[in-house]
Amino acid sequence: MAVTKIANPTDVALSFAVTRWGLALAILLAALCFTGSTRGFAQGAAGAGAELDAPKKDVLAIPIVLAREKRDKPLPLSLLDLPPTDDGIAGAQLGIKDNNTTGQFVNQEFILDVVEDSDPDKLIKEIKAKVDAGAHFVLTDVAPTTLLKLADAVGEKEVLLINYGSADDGLREENCRQHVMHTAPTRAMLADALAQYLVWKKWRRWFLVLGPNEDDKLFADALRRAAKRFGAKIVEERTFNYEIGNRRADGGFEQVQQQIPTFTQEAPDYDVLVVADEGNLFGDYLPYRTWDARPVAGTAGLVATSWHPAIEMWGGTQFQNRFKRLANRNMRPLDYNAWMATRIIGEAATRKNSGSFSDLTPFIKSPEFALSAFKGVRLSLRDWNGQLRQPVPILSPKLLVSVSPQPGFLHQFTELDTLGVDKPETKCKAYTQ
Amino acid sequence: MRSTAGLISMLGVCAALMLPTPAARAYTAFVTNEKDNTVSVIDTDKLKVIKTFKVGNRPRGIILSKDGKWLIICASDDNIIQVYDAKTFKFIKSLPSGPDPELLILHPSGNPLYVANEDDNLVTVVDLKQGKILTDIPVGVEPEGMGMSPDGKVLVNTSETTNMAHFISTETNKTFDNVLVDARPRVAIFNKAGTQLWVSSEIGGTVTVINPEDRKVIGKVRFEIPGINKEAIQPVGVRITADDKKAFVALGPANRVAIVDTETLKVEKYLLVGQRVWQLGFTPDYKLLFTTNGTSNDVSVIDVERQKVIKSIRTGRYPWGIAVAPF
Repeated sequence: MAVTKIANPTDVALSFAVTRWGLALAILLAALCFTGSTRGFAQGAAGAGAELDAPKKDVLAIPIVLAREKRDKPLPLSLLDLPPTDDGIAGAQLGIKDNNTTGQFVNQEFILDVVEDSDPDKLIKEIKAKVDAGAHFVLTDVAPTTLLKLADAVGEKEVLLINYGSADDGLREENCRQHVMHTAPTRAMLADALAQYLVWKKWRRWFLVLGPNEDDKLFADALRRAAKRFGAKIVEERTFNYEIGNRRADGGFEQVQQQIPTFTQEAPDYDVLVVADEGNLFGDYLPYRTWDARPVAGTAGLVATSWHPAIEMWGGTQFQNRFKRLANRNMRPLDYNAWMATRIIGEAATRKNSGSFSDLTPFIKSPEFALSAFKGVRLSLRDWNGQLRQPVPILSPKLLVSVSPQPGFLHQFTELDTLGVDKPETKCKAYTQ
Repeated sequence: MRSTAGLISMLGVCAALMLPTPAARAYTAFVTNEKDNTVSVIDTDKLKVIKTFKVGNRPRGIILSKDGKWLIICASDDNIIQVYDAKTFKFIKSLPSGPDPELLILHPSGNPLYVANEDDNLVTVVDLKQGKILTDIPVGVEPEGMGMSPDGKVLVNTSETTNMAHFISTETNKTFDNVLVDARPRVAIFNKAGTQLWVSSEIGGTVTVINPEDRKVIGKVRFEIPGINKEAIQPVGVRITADDKKAFVALGPANRVAIVDTETLKVEKYLLVGQRVWQLGFTPDYKLLFTTNGTSNDVSVIDVERQKVIKSIRTGRYPWGIAVAPF
């Protein structure tokens, strides 16, 4: 188990507030000092300017806990895809930093408390202790089963869990919980985003190749659902069974060069090969090696993802630069999802002049809540299952190709709800506003 | 046949040359083309691009010096500000700035220059004559919009991710108040009387009108266009008429400019312009308003009195900023 605390270096002393006592004190101070509007806050910062020399006792500390389950996963094929050790965490750190830049004007200080463990039960115990000590906001990158156990373990408490790590649709549907929100797009959202683009491109005949893992099957389900929704047809389906070997061996391309053309041989006529390989364990072998000369999309080739280091639209350049300065690497989708989760809490805390659960959570769930997250439109939470609605970028390995929803896919309320499970179809009963 | 046609067209040109000039004065509008690294020069009488010249990389914010002699341009990807002669379009000098300068504004006295540096949470104060940085003012995340009170005492900067209008004293160069506005504030502008500050929120979809005296929110302008998705209504550029009675608000991908009554804060009319309209610029006589339409590569020209779009003028790719010179 590893516990890391991150705060502005000048304000490390404030981390006392993660204890129940400190938090109670901070809330009391908040109630005393900031009963007025934002203006009350603003005047607190007045004169002090932006130089963080306001008296520290006025600063409201808001702890955010990040729970990460360390999982043994085989490494992806490409050297470029090897996950950094702080995957996701660095995104939350940037979110904390952005929150604190705003916080200096409104006397709020966000503190990140990272808890990691490979044993789900230990992790849950640790998080529960933090919640018992007064933490209200927990960001999670854990397996779906762990998230459900954690949600039930802290269900009685004033706590909001924000899932940034799992794309599992079940967590938003039959297994949804009243106090769990999600910034990670679901498999259905990603598949719908990709399908809309492929259909717009008039590549309607798909050759589906899926891996043998459970996650691959779930993404293949999402692709089948998307094909049906948007008028594509899966003309052929094959499972790529393989032994997970070492990801590299000297040479090694010779066998793949023989294997992939044979594997994709004798398919009925198709427009695009769609691959479901969430671990990136074989999908990247497909482009340029298929028997027929066809493009590849899905988890390799043309992909739908919440973020990519090449996105520069809507002020994205500055955002990417900020991240690179902080983490010395490119921003990955998990970092972006964690940044959004952190910013949801920061945005609500700024708007409500509060760090209290009862002020922030109803506001986050309300239709007034809007998150600006470098996607060109305001993002908000679906009021039926707590999923963040968002445009989904479509990218080739190096460049943005498009952003879904695609033109022409219309919706009664918002086109963003053409991606993923919509309100009339939802199986979620537990989530309430 | 050919020569006859040529003769007729020549006669046509001669006839045009002999026509009396219209009553409107001719000014020169300068439009930065973000993608082309150029500036389009528009004759506001002929409503034509008369010249296009190369500038630094990714030109965005553009203003004129107080005497009208210099064009001051943010070359965002070069991390510098460039100064060009507004008449000869010759490069004069570079001014230092922080990383990724985006929008700028001059003190009413003509100096110094205030620059929003989007990449490092700072407003940079630059002495225009000496060409050096005087100081940096820390503000929120991604500083963008810059507004100056008519008396030159208060500078307002908006920060896109912090979602605030930061009030800065130009005497002390320190922030003295911060007002929270809706998501992603882009442009801040005072009215002539100095009684209203307008701040557009691109993602929030609103314009917040603030009383600069006590920094209280007077009200919010909201927009609703039948058949246009709410998410596509993204206010960016704001300009207020000489009599302070009407505000023009550019609505981004809604492809419209709203005309707002500054007293009731209600929208009176929507004018259809080009695609993804961002920045706006009046001619010095306030008779015409130019809009930069990023994705359709043109500017629309609005007749302010008649409240009508009278022309589109093709520019370079992704026109961004606009400044109009009094000559």
